[in-house]
Amino acid sequence: MATWKRTRGFWVSIILAFAFFAVVQWLITSGTLNIFYVNTLFFMAINVILAASLHLIIGITGQFSIGHAGFFAVGAYASAIMTMKLQLPFAVGVLVAGVAAMLAGLIIGVPSLRLKGDYLAIATLGFGEIVRIVLLNIDYVGGASGMTVTHMTTWPWVFACLLITIIVIANFTNSTHGRACISIREDEIAADAMGINTTYYKVAAFAIGSFFAGIAGALYAHHFYIIQPSNFGFLKSFDILIFVVLGGLGSLSGATISAVLLTIVSTFLQNYPETRMIIYSLVLIFVMLYRPTGLMGKKELTSLLKWRKTAQGGMNHGSKNTVA
Amino acid sequence: MELIQQLVNGISLGSIYALIALGYTMVYGIVRLINFAHGDVFMIGSFVGFYAVTMLGVGFFPALLLAMAVCAVLGMTIERIAYKPLRNATRIAVLITAIGVSLLIEYVMIYLRGAQPEAYPGTLLPKQNLELFGVVISSQSLFILGTSLVLMILLQFIVHRTKIGKAMRAVSHDAEAARLMGINVDNTISATFAIGSALAGAAGVIFGIYYTKIDPLMGILPGLKAFVAAVLGGIGIIPGAMVGGLLLGVIESLVSGLGYSLWRDGVAFIILILILIFRPAGLFGKNVREKV
Repeated sequence: MATWKRTRGFWVSIILAFAFFAVVQWLITSGTLNIFYVNTLFFMAINVILAASLHLIIGITGQFSIGHAGFFAVGAYASAIMTMKLQLPFAVGVLVAGVAAMLAGLIIGVPSLRLKGDYLAIATLGFGEIVRIVLLNIDYVGGASGMTVTHMTTWPWVFACLLITIIVIANFTNSTHGRACISIREDEIAADAMGINTTYYKVAAFAIGSFFAGIAGALYAHHFYIIQPSNFGFLKSFDILIFVVLGGLGSLSGATISAVLLTIVSTFLQNYPETRMIIYSLVLIFVMLYRPTGLMGKKELTSLLKWRKTAQGGMNHGSKNTVA
Repeated sequence: MELIQQLVNGISLGSIYALIALGYTMVYGIVRLINFAHGDVFMIGSFVGFYAVTMLGVGFFPALLLAMAVCAVLGMTIERIAYKPLRNATRIAVLITAIGVSLLIEYVMIYLRGAQPEAYPGTLLPKQNLELFGVVISSQSLFILGTSLVLMILLQFIVHRTKIGKAMRAVSHDAEAARLMGINVDNTISATFAIGSALAGAAGVIFGIYYTKIDPLMGILPGLKAFVAAVLGGIGIIPGAMVGGLLLGVIESLVSGLGYSLWRDGVAFIILILILIFRPAGLFGKNVREKV
């Protein structure tokens, strides 16, 4: 009975999510949603996955990474190689995309996560650029002209990936490991002194974040027909960064909401790319100047709903577990 | 001979990086901020020089001075509007603001004049090739090198021999103590931004002459590479930025010379990651242990 009480919210959201899935699926098959809306919906979902994965790295673990497009690119190209060059099914492509991006995350994370703050930011930015330049110089993946990819991304795939991403990241955050990551964000030296293996948790968060960025890359590649290294420059990294910053560093629902909102905004401003970037940059500056916590701060939507209950106790989820 | 030729090219390129890197290093030394907008100040300097030459019809030196002046004002304005209110905010907040300012300058520029590139007039500096022991040195690159050297010496003079330079060194050492000693910290920081941005503006004009093609997004890569140069030399250390810039320019030219010109942009970032891993304080820096 106690378990039911604790997990009730979870199951209700799962049921709601599946209801949403079924409605959208019905709308797509019945043709009520035209191709334009379906496109926007897919981009929304891909952006939410990206935002959630970066949220884990920046918002939860406090590691400022601005090379996220690099992992996105690794995933996109890895999946495209699997499906286009090796003729393997899409499922393999998606999985390989995640694993490849995770390996890239480990390769870059293990050495550079010893760095802090600004240095880490620049190192990850450099990594993102290196990925782009490497892709530009490999003829096997088409160099600058890129690869053509068959359209394979469908709504069930997008929905499944989105759901898994959100569940894994939300549960990770609420687990022992997630609390260890949060303690690193709050004060790395103190966390270290409390016996938390900071390097291990930083690398773990980085690897999981890159994994999901890779998944997003696979979905993107098989939705967009063509992938080119220029799609994955640091402007893309900044796009992802602004989702997380605007939503509130440390809030998964904030990142999700801002990813959805900004996708809609950028769809409307598609024909005016300069205006879009000017608005984005002004949003970044003004959010930092006047509301540095972003839309949601560190709060989640769910905690807003049960605000009364948690206000007194502080942390609501079991402080019985120890962090090792 | 081929090697020496590449070395000469590399030093010309490196002096541009060094000029930009100086601004990064000075600003970082004084407010611990990676001024992402620095590369875009460099771009603005390049365009100011271009318009001064094509519209006002002035020569190289007036264009250089005008670009430096405009960039100095721009740098100070950026600092006052965007960075000053965040002096006590978290590092990440300031870094994000800097990224925002950088994007804003780039896209306002594109919005105002379009993204198409411009070609710098090639007649700005006398063009003659000097042959020295079989190595061809263009008079342009000598000019570039000379100008950068003069600016760097001027900077050394300002930092070490003037009152404002003394204030800058004091603030970068300990801002609180400097304030207690009666130094106007805000003005000193503004002055640092002005000087750093002026150097970036000069680098912009020199870059335009050297590469002839300029566009609103040209500041991104040289800006990032100049940052790499600053880290390479030890960020916050002025001679380090000069040496780091020259070294990076030479390495890039050698990589191009070996036939890997497409990988040239990647080399800078590989150097960055290697230096951050093996010697994060840079070539000239001392390792400082973090205290709680």
